Amino acid sequence: MSLGYILLALLVLSVIGYVLGRSKAVSSAGGDGRRLHSLPGYYGWNVVLATLAPSLLVLVVWLFVQPAYINTQVASLISQETVAKSSLDLVLSDVLRVADGLDVAVESGALSQEKAQALSAGSVDVRALLGDLGVALASEVTDEILHAAQAYRDINASGEFYRAILVLAVAIAGFALAIARTHKDFRARNVVEQAIKWILIAAASIAILTTLGIILSLIFNTVEFFKIYPASEFFFGTVWSPSFGGGSELGILPLIWATLYISFIALAVAVPIGLFAAIYLSEYATPAVRAIAKPLLEVLAGIPTIVYGLFALLTVGPLLVDVLGNDGLLGVGWMQGASSVFTAGFVMGIMLIPFVSSLSDDIINAVPQAMRDGSLGLGATHSETVKQVILPAALPGIVGAILLAASRAIGETMIVVLGAGAAARLSVNPFEAMTTVTAKIVSQLTGDADFASPEALVAFALGMTLFVITLGLNIIALYIVRKYREQYD
Amino acid sequence: MNKISSFDETNDMTDSKITARNVQVYYGDTHAIKDVSINIKPQAVTAFIGPSGCGKSTFLRTINRMNDTIDICRVEGKILIDDEDIYDPKVDPVQLRAKVGMVFQKPNPFPKSIYDNVAYGPRIHGLARNKSELDEIIESSLQKAGLWAEVKDRLHAPGTGLSGGQQQRLCIARAIAVSPEVILMDEPCSALDPIATAKVEELIDELRENYTIVIVTHSMQQAARVSQRTAFFHLGVLVEEGLTQDIFTSPRDKRTEDYITGRFG
Repeated sequence: MSLGYILLALLVLSVIGYVLGRSKAVSSAGGDGRRLHSLPGYYGWNVVLATLAPSLLVLVVWLFVQPAYINTQVASLISQETVAKSSLDLVLSDVLRVADGLDVAVESGALSQEKAQALSAGSVDVRALLGDLGVALASEVTDEILHAAQAYRDINASGEFYRAILVLAVAIAGFALAIARTHKDFRARNVVEQAIKWILIAAASIAILTTLGIILSLIFNTVEFFKIYPASEFFFGTVWSPSFGGGSELGILPLIWATLYISFIALAVAVPIGLFAAIYLSEYATPAVRAIAKPLLEVLAGIPTIVYGLFALLTVGPLLVDVLGNDGLLGVGWMQGASSVFTAGFVMGIMLIPFVSSLSDDIINAVPQAMRDGSLGLGATHSETVKQVILPAALPGIVGAILLAASRAIGETMIVVLGAGAAARLSVNPFEAMTTVTAKIVSQLTGDADFASPEALVAFALGMTLFVITLGLNIIALYIVRKYREQYD
Repeated sequence: MNKISSFDETNDMTDSKITARNVQVYYGDTHAIKDVSINIKPQAVTAFIGPSGCGKSTFLRTINRMNDTIDICRVEGKILIDDEDIYDPKVDPVQLRAKVGMVFQKPNPFPKSIYDNVAYGPRIHGLARNKSELDEIIESSLQKAGLWAEVKDRLHAPGTGLSGGQQQRLCIARAIAVSPEVILMDEPCSALDPIATAKVEELIDELRENYTIVIVTHSMQQAARVSQRTAFFHLGVLVEEGLTQDIFTSPRDKRTEDYITGRFG
């Protein structure tokens, strides 16, 4: 019984359960809904939940366990010599492909079910047979692999059979139990509320567990990397020159330097402009101006970063070269190409303006009107009030906003890929091309790299480093925001 | 109105700190204050009483032009302080507010230290030439506000860490520090417990010697305890104004009598 049919059966069962549970509850109260403990619908939902929740849980667990179990069973059929020739993973994927091919053959009618299981490599050219059906195999199918594939199909078929039986049995048991418990005094509402709470908890845990999974995969691969490349050279090396032929130098310092340099320029652009815009919008703008200007400013936040990247590459970069390049207006010859730290930093700063201004605006608006009245009542001007009362009161929140913007700047990729260039270099000249951690993660993982080489694994170490930096910034930001939040009530 | 001023012979223009003539206040289309004229005596406490929404706070806020900060608010008529029209275009509302201090309903200390709260006004207006002068202003303001003994050991602790009553006295000290001539108080005790209220009332009574004080209050007992003169507002109209004991013992208007005997409001 396939997955779709099981789900359909569960659905039908739960619909029946709802109707039955509801009507049984109503009839146990003698048809008078007011004598029930809960509204009639709750009794129905109680049966639905009792039917679905345990059976779906069993199904999910089974879906995870069955492939792992089959793999170990099939692996035991394969001899040591075959494994020694390539690797267990490759052999197993061959087995899977043959098994899939046999499935296709049976479905299309080229082979009967019995014939497919009795097939032997000696008598039939399996590769040609499956090739005719559109299943391409890389090599000749040996008897060993064919048998493993047949065994795989056997176990899979019986696995699906037992799965259907078990899941339906659990569903029916839940169904029967819930129906049996349905009675006018049964507290169906409380039970359903509890179940809803658990569903919400499950959703929250999935989000947290995913984060945990990402961190773990980063950690394991980083550990792999440090096994084949010394950590001290990674963290303190000043040269970044990966070569896939081996003998790479993978020092993170030039990349970190460029990342921080570009982020610094971006913040130097975004913080003053964003903050001043926020002060204007929240303190000086009339409601009519504010109603138009604030959404317009926030449109900036909705532009995809790749578009900012294009803007950097095609507009800002050439413009800067026209002014600062060899034949430029100023004739200073500071810039050789359009890609530079400054180009990327400047455009990234523009991207961050709405981020800073929108958060700061909310924070400034949260300063109580009583503070403004108190200051104005003492004879302070509007700008003195802003400078000496409102900004200090809002400062922790503004610092938090800036730190959040900084962690966005550090993690930003597309603008850097297009605007900053590709050369890793340690230089203080902001008009030179440099490249950042994120841009290098992209370039190390795109292309045909072997995933076991240090040149590919270094991407995880870079990712981990970035993750630690931005996590640190976020923690500091949250700490600051929380610590000073209770300054005014 | 004429009848009132002719009856009340103690209240003439010559002995008046604040003089309002035919003041109208509009909030958009709402006519919030209707033709109010009043003389407010120097070195005395004048209480504004009346039911909620009668316009007493609105009128109070016209005296230091705090209503200017509200976009839709419009004021007509004349308000003179020391014979100078405060709505004259050449009067700077910022300077005016230094002369006419204000204490608000809810204690609103800035999220700064106690010292910086009191130093805020003197610093803005450049009242102290050096640190020791500033220290003197702070100490004398806190002393006048009756808070010095309680806070002198923790001047650099945050002002928001004080109790409600202490915070309100801190706000009064903050207002005193810029040496105003008039102090407006908008229900200064409504967020305080009875003991803190008693302290603030005692303070108001002491401050009367040096300042002209106008207090808006919901509590008629408070008006009776702290004020020398009382004005009763109803529906944006000044119904009656006079010596506090006269208002409470022999009101001339039926509405005043109904209000103070608790028949409405």
